[in-house]
Amino acid sequence: MPDVSVSLLIEQLINGLQLGTMLFLMASGLTLVFGVMGLINLAHGSFYMVGAYVTALVTAATGSFLLGLGAGVLAAAAAGAIVELVVIRRLYRRQHLDQVLATFALILVFSEGTRWLFGSSPLWLSPPEALSGSVALPGGSRYPVYRLMIIAVGVGVAAALYLLIAHTRLGMRIRAGESDREMIGALGVNIQRLYTLVFALGAALAGLAGSLVGALQSVQVGMGEPVLILAFVVIVIGGIGSIKGALLGALLVGLVDTLGRALLPALLAQFMPPADAAGTGTALAAMLIYLLMAVILAVKPTGLFAAHD
Amino acid sequence: MTKPTHTHTPTHSPSPASSSAASARTDAAPWLSRRRLVHVALLALTLLAPLAAHLLGESYYVNLASRVVLVAMAAVGLNLAIGFGGMISFGHAAYFGLGGYVAGISAYHAFEGSMILGLPGSDNMLVIWLAAVLLCGLLALVIGAVSLRTSGVYFIMITLAFAQMVYYFANSWPAYGGEDGLPIYLRNGLPGVNTRDPLSFFLICFTGLMLAMALVSRLMGSRFGAALTMSRLNATRLATAGISPLPIRLVAFVISAMITGLAGALYADLNGFVSPAMLSWHLSGELMVIVILGGVGRLYGPLAGALLFVMMETLLGGLTEYWQLFLGLVLLGVVLFAKQGVMGWLAGGQQDG
Repeated sequence: MPDVSVSLLIEQLINGLQLGTMLFLMASGLTLVFGVMGLINLAHGSFYMVGAYVTALVTAATGSFLLGLGAGVLAAAAAGAIVELVVIRRLYRRQHLDQVLATFALILVFSEGTRWLFGSSPLWLSPPEALSGSVALPGGSRYPVYRLMIIAVGVGVAAALYLLIAHTRLGMRIRAGESDREMIGALGVNIQRLYTLVFALGAALAGLAGSLVGALQSVQVGMGEPVLILAFVVIVIGGIGSIKGALLGALLVGLVDTLGRALLPALLAQFMPPADAAGTGTALAAMLIYLLMAVILAVKPTGLFAAHD
Repeated sequence: MTKPTHTHTPTHSPSPASSSAASARTDAAPWLSRRRLVHVALLALTLLAPLAAHLLGESYYVNLASRVVLVAMAAVGLNLAIGFGGMISFGHAAYFGLGGYVAGISAYHAFEGSMILGLPGSDNMLVIWLAAVLLCGLLALVIGAVSLRTSGVYFIMITLAFAQMVYYFANSWPAYGGEDGLPIYLRNGLPGVNTRDPLSFFLICFTGLMLAMALVSRLMGSRFGAALTMSRLNATRLATAGISPLPIRLVAFVISAMITGLAGALYADLNGFVSPAMLSWHLSGELMVIVILGGVGRLYGPLAGALLFVMMETLLGGLTEYWQLFLGLVLLGVVLFAKQGVMGWLAGGQQDG
């Protein structure tokens, strides 16, 4: 018995890390866009969906997952750039209410447009052959290589994002944009191009997340929405505008959510009849991260690492 | 504007005077104003269309009118928070759905003859409404107390997140149907009224909407409304006047949730069904869309918005399965180019707040 629960715990820990790295890819784009442009973007989940769809289609057509992944990320970035140029650009100076509505409208356009083009039934995307195996975990159970690869990609992207923001000219401009938008415009930086770039970068990260997760779950309309709301919880916990906060918040949410779902029903079964414990445990586990968010906000209303409001 | 006035020629000077006199005349005759005409026309349309449908024996349209009225009532609640209080709640589906679940769960226990938390279930609407309003108020008190500590984007995301919490709870709690939802086999009753008659049920809903609008109108005309308006426009100034903005906002938020929750209880009875869809964030978004389509911070805005929304849903939805694509495009157009909403376009002038 103890061996089984140790291996279960390790497996769930890795699952939590994997969810956390995916959430980081989503949340970092959202938080960058908010930090630099002061924009709340509900349509971020749509780029996740675009990435997954294009990856599924290109992979099916060419047989190469890597090619599909590249196409998915590029398509999401392109969709981001187009949306920024056509719609988002007009919203920077508007109230948050207008931003919420316009980006809600974009979700409807993206979701229903995708449903129109590809129908309601999900597309199938499977992980590449080379990564379809599994490795042994301490404790005896086996874990899919593909999921470990996702964690590795997430960690790689986080490191690349850090280098980009801390050590490149673009990163310097992004940081400048976060601290004083008017000033970097006055200093001669082409601020409109910077905004388009940042928005496309965020969309590309969301597209990458969608493409990677698409191979684990089904690729379907509305797949981005649950992730988007989790990403909101992440950036609210981490502090809106802070990449560091997004990373910490994503790991926290990923681990708490996964472990809660895995362990709470069993934990409650110690005090309750098993039939009740399963139902109550699942329901409580679904609420756990929101309770975590409420507690963190009660202590720090602007999140753990607020960049600015 | 900055030109010195002495360059004006004498022929130009009478025109500003006469136009200001004209506007003063319309201000002084509120009973004949364009705004009031639009309001009366909206109410007449809402009340007479289902009456006509009833006389023609078209109960589908009577129920459609009930739907318009209930969606409008939910939006009246949301408008109190967004339009008058400046609190952009993206989680009002939580109260709408909770109201719905109160009606559903109470009817379920009344049907089964079983107890809930030591109380018998009831299929009396008065009991259900009271319970829905109180429970929604309680939920809003808790959510508001945490959420109102923040502002701006945080507030939007937190209200959304709390509503999702309630959604996932309902979705994974197996006792009342979980994600499959809970049917209401027999519409709940009201002493002395046959609630199963579509027109009677419509009239109940319409009375509810009128009472909700009257309540909001009275509130906004009171000292409380003045304080709420000031908490939206300039919270610091309100605090300087010795009134703390937080309790004012919290009370408005709670009342707003109660109105939306009552609408939800009736909505569940209208459909004979309640499911987590009533709690979903799409519904929060749609309520927000209705408030904006109608015109933010206008007393009749939610009714105009609900009429337009349900009409679009019915007409476009009859033409194409993908009508929400067009809803999205219309909405983008409204947000980007027509900020005053339908009531701004029809009735003109300033907001009611």
